[in-house]
Amino acid sequence: MTRPQEISVVDTDLELPQEGFIELEGYIDNIKTTKGALIEILHKAQEIFGYLPRDVQLYIARKLGIPGVEVFGVVSFYSYFNVKPMGKHTISVCMGTACFVRGADKIINKLKDNLGIESNEITEDGLFSLKDVRCIGACGLAPVILVDDKVYGRVKEDQVNEIIDKYR
Amino acid sequence: MKVDSLQKLNQIREEQRQENANNSIVKKILICAGTGCLASESEKLLEILNHVIKARKCGDKVKVVKTGCFGFCEQGPILKIEPDDVFYVRVVPKDARTIIDDHIIQGKIVERLLYEEPTSNKRIEKQEDMPFYKKQMRLAIRNCGLINPEDVYEYIEHEGYSALGKVLTEMTQYSVIDEIKKSGLRGRGGGGFPTGLKWEITKNQHGNTKFIICNADEGDPGAFMDRSILEGDPHGVIEAMAIGGYAIGAHKGIVYIRAEYPMAISRLNSAIIQARDLGLLGENILGTDFNFDIEFKLGAGAFVCGEETALINSCEGKRGEPNYKPPYPAEEGYWGYPTCVNNVETFANIPPIILQGSTWFSSIGTEKSRGTKVFALAGKINNVGLVEVPMGTTLREIIYDIGGGIQEGHQFKAVQTGGPSGGVITEKDLDTPIDYDNLLGIGSMMGSGGMIVLDDRDSMVNMAKFYLQFTMDESCGRCTPCRIGTKRMYELLVKISNGEGTMADIDALKQLSYMVKNSSLCGLGQTAPNPVISTMKYFWDEYMELIKDVDYPVREGTSQINSRVGIKV
Ligand SMILES: Cc1cc2nc3c(=O)[nH]c(=O)nc-3n(C[C@H](O)[C@H](O)[C@H](O)COP(=O)(O)O)c2cc1C
Ligand code: FES
Repeated sequence: MTRPQEISVVDTDLELPQEGFIELEGYIDNIKTTKGALIEILHKAQEIFGYLPRDVQLYIARKLGIPGVEVFGVVSFYSYFNVKPMGKHTISVCMGTACFVRGADKIINKLKDNLGIESNEITEDGLFSLKDVRCIGACGLAPVILVDDKVYGRVKEDQVNEIIDKYR
Repeated sequence: MKVDSLQKLNQIREEQRQENANNSIVKKILICAGTGCLASESEKLLEILNHVIKARKCGDKVKVVKTGCFGFCEQGPILKIEPDDVFYVRVVPKDARTIIDDHIIQGKIVERLLYEEPTSNKRIEKQEDMPFYKKQMRLAIRNCGLINPEDVYEYIEHEGYSALGKVLTEMTQYSVIDEIKKSGLRGRGGGGFPTGLKWEITKNQHGNTKFIICNADEGDPGAFMDRSILEGDPHGVIEAMAIGGYAIGAHKGIVYIRAEYPMAISRLNSAIIQARDLGLLGENILGTDFNFDIEFKLGAGAFVCGEETALINSCEGKRGEPNYKPPYPAEEGYWGYPTCVNNVETFANIPPIILQGSTWFSSIGTEKSRGTKVFALAGKINNVGLVEVPMGTTLREIIYDIGGGIQEGHQFKAVQTGGPSGGVITEKDLDTPIDYDNLLGIGSMMGSGGMIVLDDRDSMVNMAKFYLQFTMDESCGRCTPCRIGTKRMYELLVKISNGEGTMADIDALKQLSYMVKNSSLCGLGQTAPNPVISTMKYFWDEYMELIKDVDYPVREGTSQINSRVGIKV
């Protein structure tokens, strides 16, 4: 998805862990060729930091010797990359066609109401972030929501609370 | 151990069969470990089954095997007992004890876990008697629900890698291409381009560096054919890519796979490692001078990356924007080298064609569309799942005989094929035999195989709006008609569905549809208006009911466009 994303600026009180950069450096040094590997590197960086703040993007750019704008161009193109920190748990609601026709829009509205946030936002306590995703391939269980990696299928509107309460 | 010759491969297969014939296992419990069933706790079920087996000390007689998707996802988790062919549905972990005690030990079938036919309320014991499977012909998904996808030896036992063996030892590049051409196989990714011809074009390009890419981006939301194939039979795809690599002269294959499919990624990864360990990938495969290896690249959530030129850009680590064609990837693709891009399901058809011959394959299906097609049946249908039928099967057979009809006794309204690029098909066209050309003829398309069934509760304007929102979000922004056109169309649809639209909006929407269709750069924009055009064609009344400045007489039967602007739909 190519929704405009805000250009991320790292909060000053949000220090990025030094070990993260060391791990990332090790990863980059160990790949056979960095030609064409930008997306892989970004996947790894997101795995380490949880998101891709400006400093991480610039770090990668310098490391690969390419302009920062090239890195940001790729990051902003792909919906899988987040430039903002995510909550402790990510709730993803499938908005694929199969889930949509079985009422996924009601589920996501219910979640938005309950959590008091919109898609791609994070709750005040930092516990949850909400995402709408495309088909995760479990269409037989539509409508489907994911909390982190756990799939919940055939979700009914009144079960939503029960599910998120498990993670509180 | 390396499998360094065809004899060695055959020997392993023989040994594997011998071992199975000689051991004391009398019953096999096959349990689905596809994404759908895993989500309903099939992993835990498996664990408890093994636990109970241990407690009952019958581990020498039964074996639990986890397999790929059986296709009957609606009824998951699925469990099947061989050789009895008994099929249990919606099995939960606490049923494990009953299954072992009653079925395995006492030989009594557990009645309450059998599938209940919704029309007759009869419980059906055997898989072969289930209407869901009766009309199917499982070719591309032949191994799904049959073998353990994480065990290369099981694949070898089921004729695995023998097609590759045959190709490398008996066939030339030309004869492989010829065989595929004669089979009439067409690309299953949506376009329907003849696969043999694509291979030939790539082979005939100059230079020694060529690539073969497997398109596993499966962007159509609501479709899961490719995921199931990769999860259930990863070696089938690997073998086919090696065959394709040999035919076109490529030594490197790339699988471009969506990051949203973690299970498929991990199965594919372990299959590649196993194949490498056995020397079925790497240098001098089966003792010949053919070298071939595969790596995979992860997508990052962009629908347009399913388009082949965008996919290649994404493989190169760039923004996944499409390029103007020509040059086609077959001429200038990955890093400028000739590249052949094929869909997962296309590849899955290759080994059977090589083994059983093009004559056999071309005897299946219709004249212009040979073979079978896998569909992901979803929406308001009783049996949601994965079905594979010979081309030429009618939509009615798929929806009513295999799919079991509409949920909760509602009325069928339409079926959407081809995802965001396709259109709706109504009752009157349900008897059309499915093939590439017929579906285009009735205003939809084959697409990659998503089939969403809609019933009388669904608003078609809403569906059109849903798809337009999808393409608007997914438009990469490279060309103006698609970037801005889809947004304007979406806005108009929002206005109309809120009951605020006027006749002028309808006319503008129609005009925009044709403009975007005719002037976009890639297939995404060129097909984005299809859902609007086709819903307008078949459900004109629904649009009119929402328009405020028109007093529209609702006519009998399907509606026709008699707009004030002279654009014909
Ligand atoms: C917008 C768009 C999305 C596409 N998405 C896919 C996809 O998800 N999977 C796929 O195999 N082909 C997809 N295609 C088709 C590919 O461009 C290409 O034709 C196909 O991978 C070729 O393989 P085949 O000849 O085996 O079908 C898409 C095309 C367009 C225009
Ligand atoms: S549409 Fe939701 S999982 Fe496929």
